[in-house]
Amino acid sequence: MSEALYFTKEHQMVRSAVRDFVDRQINPFVDEWEEKGIAPLHELFKKMGDLGFLGIRYDPKYGGMGMDYWAETVFLEEIGRIICGGIPMAIAVQTNMATPAIAEFGSDYLKEKYLAPSIAGNLVAAIAVTEPDAGSDVGAIKTFAKKQGDHYILNGSKTYITNGTQADYLTLLARTSDDPGYHCFSLFVVDTNLPGFFVSKKLDKLGMRSSDTAELYFDNLKIPAQNLIGIEGEGFIHQMQQFQHERFSALPMAYIGAKRMVDQTVEYLKGRVVFGKPLITKQVLRHRIADWLTEIEALKALTYHIVRLKQAGQDATKEISMGKLLAGRLLCQVSDGCLQMHGGLGFMNEMWVSRAYRDSRLIAIGGGANEVMSEVIFRTSGY
Amino acid sequence: MEIVVLLKQVADTEARVAPTADGLGVSTGDAKKIINPYDEFAVEEALRIKQQLGGSVTILSAGDDKAAEAIRTALAMGADKGVLVNDPAVMASDGLGRAKILAAALKTMAFDLVLAGLRAVDDDSHLVGPAVAELLGIPHVGGVLEVTVENGSVFCLRAADSGQARVKAMLPALLSAQKGLNTPRYASMIGIMQAKKKPLQTLSLADIGISPDSVGPNAAKTITKAFMPLPQRAAGRMIEGGTAQEKAANLAKALKNEAKVI
Ligand SMILES: Cc1cc2nc3c(=O)[nH]c(=O)nc-3n(C[C@H](O)[C@H](O)[C@H](O)COP(=O)(O)OP(=O)(O)OC[C@H]3O[C@@H](n4cnc5c(N)ncnc54)[C@H](O)[C@@H]3O)c2cc1C
Ligand SMILES: Cc1cc2nc3c(=O)[nH]c(=O)nc-3n(C[C@H](O)[C@H](O)[C@H](O)COP(=O)(O)OP(=O)(O)OC[C@H]3O[C@@H](n4cnc5c(N)ncnc54)[C@H](O)[C@@H]3O)c2cc1C
Repeated sequence: MSEALYFTKEHQMVRSAVRDFVDRQINPFVDEWEEKGIAPLHELFKKMGDLGFLGIRYDPKYGGMGMDYWAETVFLEEIGRIICGGIPMAIAVQTNMATPAIAEFGSDYLKEKYLAPSIAGNLVAAIAVTEPDAGSDVGAIKTFAKKQGDHYILNGSKTYITNGTQADYLTLLARTSDDPGYHCFSLFVVDTNLPGFFVSKKLDKLGMRSSDTAELYFDNLKIPAQNLIGIEGEGFIHQMQQFQHERFSALPMAYIGAKRMVDQTVEYLKGRVVFGKPLITKQVLRHRIADWLTEIEALKALTYHIVRLKQAGQDATKEISMGKLLAGRLLCQVSDGCLQMHGGLGFMNEMWVSRAYRDSRLIAIGGGANEVMSEVIFRTSGY
Repeated sequence: MEIVVLLKQVADTEARVAPTADGLGVSTGDAKKIINPYDEFAVEEALRIKQQLGGSVTILSAGDDKAAEAIRTALAMGADKGVLVNDPAVMASDGLGRAKILAAALKTMAFDLVLAGLRAVDDDSHLVGPAVAELLGIPHVGGVLEVTVENGSVFCLRAADSGQARVKAMLPALLSAQKGLNTPRYASMIGIMQAKKKPLQTLSLADIGISPDSVGPNAAKTITKAFMPLPQRAAGRMIEGGTAQEKAANLAKALKNEAKVI
């Protein structure tokens, strides 16, 4: 098996440990969480933290496992087997979106106070960048943190924040000066139990229904100065680096998710007799499936190439952006096509494929939309 | 307490198995291999006893190269060391042959308690545990649901035909684990990382003093003549009836007269 070309025995053990956990502790509850529109993240993360799943790549000093990017990839592949998109997204916020900047740029104090308990599963994290008037254009954010003595006074609002109704802290990007350019933002850890923090509402969404997404606002919230991550004024740059971990996390989940959709659809087509023959005998369908399998394989190969780049300490911004673009398109295309192949049944909410279709739509938007990826790819291609 | 757990690697219970073309074997395709689920209960119980009384837990398996993975998984759960008897004759032995091999390996080790699974979910012969105990001349308690070790004895609750029995046995003893004994823990990441540093010793038949012709196909006491697939499940039948009452009555009739289950 080609697995052995990339993964060691130890990686394989990580794989079966995570798979076991997903099979027994997550998948049986997904329908219930989708119905409720929220998952009990404190309880779930505690279980995952106890097993060491939330800090695979992080420093053992803070409870991490100190493993490599291959181990992280195995983890992301396996949470890609969760039968919805909302739960893997909630988990990836904790491991790949809200904590990498703390681990890379945060002080020892922040690592001890926030990273370690996040790895242990005692704290639930969220990443707060997007605002009502600023999504793709991150530089347009208005939320302002004004330095005042040993505090920053935070005012403004954030929206579409995953884990937003239950997070214990936010990794938050705010403006810290009115100067033009990109050196006037800072990244903070913001406790959600501080006075001045408000959840305006939990948002109702097309898909990712088991994930709670919130709109938040801050009214003179006092952030202790020691909660600044990295260097004041460099928050935008820090966040762009953190985005690389976020965007990367979409890749394994995309090719694993797409492959699962294809597998399940083929099973259906084998049994569905139309015009006297099983649908799987139709060449037009088989060839469409072959196209998807080819693109799935290409995305996986690109992902493994990115892992090699990261292992070698090289910048992979361009390749990650390419992967994210490909992942966004692939998921839209495969989920739409698989739904189509189910005919009227695919349109029924009770079918897995209608959930897959709804959830897949986000990947082309969240964490940097396709068009934004295209911009990055062109800009980093040296023209 | 020195505890040894007998562990077998089997194909995933969800694997699709089919007789091979010659009907003399079973193919599991490229199915994932797992620890026999009953042996997982045994590993968990061993770890719990060790937590309480100290000592060490050794995993003993007779199998092929792949079986080392199952041992590593048990080490990742928390066992201390592994021993794999790896010899071509192992896979070609029947249950009794394997029991001889395991018993011979146990004779080279120190142990107070041996734990096994009640049955292996692949061969389902319920044989290896009791046969090993017999070959070693130690007590065997089968199908244990509760285990307490105290003052050189082990107290077990075991399932009996229409109730349960409390059984005391002197150590050393061999117990085979029944479903319900405990809920096995997951291998943690820390466990996985520690597992690779734990000793895993591979032994040949010569190492444990077994001559190759005393086990293997020629020494087998049982010979499987053919494996057959399960008969195809018949198509379902809709119970006819004009009203709900009529349907229910017809269903009851069918269950009583045809299926003979009520
Ligand atoms: C379910 C969900 C969860 C989310 N979770 C989080 C979270 O946890 N934290 C967080 O900070 N954010 C989160 N987001 C926000 C997400 O990152 C943004 O929605 C995304 O970045 C797009 O921003 P926007 O919605 O403001 O769209 P806009 O920026 O308004 O873009 C609208 C459209 O215009 C396109 N576009 C933008 N610029 C250009 C251009 N130059 N040329 C051509 N086309 C362009 C975009 O690609 C997009 O298709 C989440 C969103 C969703 C839906
Ligand atoms: C919301 C909704 C409302 C509806 N309302 C009505 C209604 O009021 N009355 C009514 O009678 N029906 C209704 N329908 C049923 C609808 O017309 C059927 O779902 C539709 O005709 C497809 O049939 P099917 O679902 O059996 O799919 P199937 O026939 O099983 O087809 C499955 C897939 O295979 C493809 N396929 C079929 N044959 C071939 C081929 N030869 N080569 C390649 N691909 C092929 C199809 O295009 C489709 O993508 C409704 C359906 C929905 C979802």
